[in-house]
Amino acid sequence: MIRRRLGAALVSIMWLAVGVLAQAPPTGQTPSAQDGFVPVTELPPTQQLPAAPYLIAAYAFIWIALLAYLFSIWRRLGRVEQDMRSLRERSRKGGAR
Amino acid sequence: MRKLFLPLLVVTAGMFAYAPIAIANAPYESTMLLIQKIFYFHVPSWIALTASITVCGVASAVYLFKGSAAADRYAVAGAELTALFGAFGLVTGMLWARKAWGIWWEWDARLTMALMLELVFIGYLMVRKFAGPGAEKLAAAMGIFGAATAPFIYKSVDWWRTIHPKTSVVRSLGETSPEMYNALLFCTAAFLMLFVLLLAARVMLENERAALDELYLAEED
Amino acid sequence: MAVFIRTALLVLKKDFAIEMKTGEILYTTLFFAVSCVLIFSFAFVREGQPIEGASAGILWISVLFAGSLALGRTFERERYGETIKALLLAPAPRAAIYVGKLLGIVLLLVAAELLLVPMVAFLFQEPLFERPLLLGALMLLGTIGFASAGTLFAAMLLRSRARTVLLPILLYPITVPVMIAGVLGTRALLEAPPAEAMAGFWTWFLVFYDVVFVTLSLWTFEPLMTE
Repeated sequence: MIRRRLGAALVSIMWLAVGVLAQAPPTGQTPSAQDGFVPVTELPPTQQLPAAPYLIAAYAFIWIALLAYLFSIWRRLGRVEQDMRSLRERSRKGGAR
Repeated sequence: MRKLFLPLLVVTAGMFAYAPIAIANAPYESTMLLIQKIFYFHVPSWIALTASITVCGVASAVYLFKGSAAADRYAVAGAELTALFGAFGLVTGMLWARKAWGIWWEWDARLTMALMLELVFIGYLMVRKFAGPGAEKLAAAMGIFGAATAPFIYKSVDWWRTIHPKTSVVRSLGETSPEMYNALLFCTAAFLMLFVLLLAARVMLENERAALDELYLAEED
Repeated sequence: MAVFIRTALLVLKKDFAIEMKTGEILYTTLFFAVSCVLIFSFAFVREGQPIEGASAGILWISVLFAGSLALGRTFERERYGETIKALLLAPAPRAAIYVGKLLGIVLLLVAAELLLVPMVAFLFQEPLFERPLLLGALMLLGTIGFASAGTLFAAMLLRSRARTVLLPILLYPITVPVMIAGVLGTRALLEAPPAEAMAGFWTWFLVFYDVVFVTLSLWTFEPLMTE
């Protein structure tokens, strides 16, 4: 029961991951803001390191790590439930001796 | 509690689906431009980490002093989530730093202590796995000490001159840019709900394990 | 209160008496600390000269490494003689046992530092004795901070399986603030006119850290040592 719910969680999150992959990236670079962020609405043209790969990598890492963690919980739960089932069968067989 | 799981899951999933839109609609920051958008997952990761460290620290203390087995389950769940959200924060921070400052890492106060916090909780997980009998108590001590260092890390940026943006950035965001602030609040809420979900799932696993142990003990009788 | 202090001093006296007989832990720890400093010095040499600013780091690393070794060995001795059970069964406040052990470790490390500081000053030609009181306070507070967490962890790991390797793994991340404060404070004292304000700030930081962690250790020692 629990396992099925977690499976549903994994599947729905995977669908949502598709939605995240639609970003149009221009590029930008620079030094940092120390005391406060200042908003601006347009992007000027640029030079050095393109920002997009890093941005995408950051979000992708979070998604992947999250899914990996959920998967690991799912697998461990599966093992526990399997042990429980085999234990119950053993005790039933042993009781019916 | 169980009944809330599915609705909470749906709401969280919805929030994460909407999050990219909220983030894209937020204005760019004037000096960092596009790469600053990592901020909307970076800061909420650390906020979720604060939540999980609090859970782990309090649960460890309760387990150590009251011997409550349920507290021990929350402690291990909190520790795993601390390691997870810490990894999120460190990796997103490194990627942001590479673009914004040109370097992957810097040994300033906050980064160093954040990395050490991550190591403390990885140590927690290792103790639980390798220390043999009585490992839960040792891990609980690690949890308490790890939670004690967290406030040092938060304030560290204000005390030391460092390349990392100060805590005043987020606090002043309400006035300087309400749109950014709203996007940040939205992502923080999404992450905190994710934290609750993951905590619930992990504690469920521990409860199942405890039930399995009971079955084993009953079988031996 | 008097019982507490008396117990702590008794534990200290016992360890001191045992140590005086063989001197095993003292001499080996001192020698290890000295070799540490030498090895790091050889590693961080460039064109026959030590690297700029490496001396503070090398000093503190050697103290911390020697400290974790000494911690492991002191408690190993208790485990070997099975005296830890006797200590815990004694009708004395458990926290006093912790304090006694802590004082023993601090004294051992202070002895090591009395040897290491002049050695580093000599090898690196650093003006470590410009502000001896401030340096002394910094080193003492750092030692207490390190030893407080270390004594607790060494005691709690006594009966666990992978204890020799787990002690460093668990102890070093927790004591990183001590390392940072110690190294940055010492480095401030080594500047051309010593940056006293900076060193003072780090000293106060260590006071704060010590108070927090000694309190935490005293608080958690009892439940940790009970089965």
